[in-house]
Amino acid sequence: MAELFKFELVSPERLLLSDEVLEVVVPGTSGEFGVLKNHSPFMSTIKPGILKVRKSSGWTEYFVRGGFADAGPGGLTVLAERAIPVAEIKRSDLDQQIKNAEEDVADAQGDDAKQKAEMHLSQLKDVAAALNAA
Amino acid sequence: MPSLKDLRNRIASVKATQKITKAMQMVAAAKLRRAQEAAEAARPYAERMGEVLANLAAEYQGRDDAPKLMAGTGKDDVHLLVVATAERGLCGGFNSNIAKLAKERARSLISQGKTVKILCVGKKGFDAIKRDFGKYVVKTVELQGVKSVGFAHADNIGRDVLTMFENGEFDVCTLFYSEFRSVISQIPTAQQIIPAHFDGAEKGEKADASAIYEYEPDEGDILEDLLPRNISVQVFRALLENAASEQGARMSAMDSATRNAGEMIDKLTISYNRQRQAQITKELIEIISGAEAL
Repeated sequence: MAELFKFELVSPERLLLSDEVLEVVVPGTSGEFGVLKNHSPFMSTIKPGILKVRKSSGWTEYFVRGGFADAGPGGLTVLAERAIPVAEIKRSDLDQQIKNAEEDVADAQGDDAKQKAEMHLSQLKDVAAALNAA
Repeated sequence: MPSLKDLRNRIASVKATQKITKAMQMVAAAKLRRAQEAAEAARPYAERMGEVLANLAAEYQGRDDAPKLMAGTGKDDVHLLVVATAERGLCGGFNSNIAKLAKERARSLISQGKTVKILCVGKKGFDAIKRDFGKYVVKTVELQGVKSVGFAHADNIGRDVLTMFENGEFDVCTLFYSEFRSVISQIPTAQQIIPAHFDGAEKGEKADASAIYEYEPDEGDILEDLLPRNISVQVFRALLENAASEQGARMSAMDSATRNAGEMIDKLTISYNRQRQAQITKELIEIISGAEAL
């Protein structure tokens, strides 16, 4: 039986999760890695993907993008620029949003607007790709 | 001497003003609470980011291959001042204090023969700066209609700054905003974000843990990934501090405006009553002296 350790998931806007957990699987830039209690001090950047957290009640999944994970004696901290619980993302909504974003790109006037629309679209596609892979 | 009717009108109009300022004060109080919560929610991220960067930076201290965002371009000829202010006025000295600090800095830099570029965030700051330094303003960002600043807004500004830096348009970047201490005290602050400064890094103290830390990818790559992100995080923090400060400043400004209006109403009411009494007395004297004359 795995032991509990402290895990924090932080985005710039809020502290999403701060709890005792059993296991966390982090999508690192050079591959996924799992963290259990007493992981050796380790730091890695993360790529857009799904972060999985196991508590005694089961797994929860979060979509994370941009940031890093920091494992140390005090536990694991993941700082992500964007972090959304997967349960809050609905597949049909996402597809609709991607479609809207694609239209936005096509309709965008001027470089600035176009760049913005493209960024938005690529973010959405990241989410979709991560969900597909999971 | 104003007539009784004039006085009555003035009292009515001051009362109406007082109602407005009172309402604004209450709105600001409610918004302040939300802004403060947002600022507090963002704190853990900024703090962790700072700790990690300080750790990493300590290893790079004094090395030649340190990233430019940390070590600078080696010159300090062109300065970019990012001046973050509010979109609205009626909040006491909030906007003008930030603008004043930025203008002082610009003035001293120019007198030292440096080139100054200004990026204004918020309409009010631009209004205050454009009179003296209008030709130095390279860009303005307006956040009008934005109800609560999200990280995306800060990220956009951060990216703009980074693009300018990569194009070699400036050497040093300083961020001006107002730090929120309490409702009655907001401190205009200048913070240098490029090249980045970290507490602890200068002292050369290395956290013990970093010695045995394993990095993936290696430290240099992580640092290069994090430094640009840190710019956005700092801008975000400044915007949140600003939002809280603005509401705090507005709250105390509106509080004193309401109190002032109250004092004014009292004074006007006294002179109104006195004048009314004087008029009654005058009329009585006229009637009595008229009756005596008969």
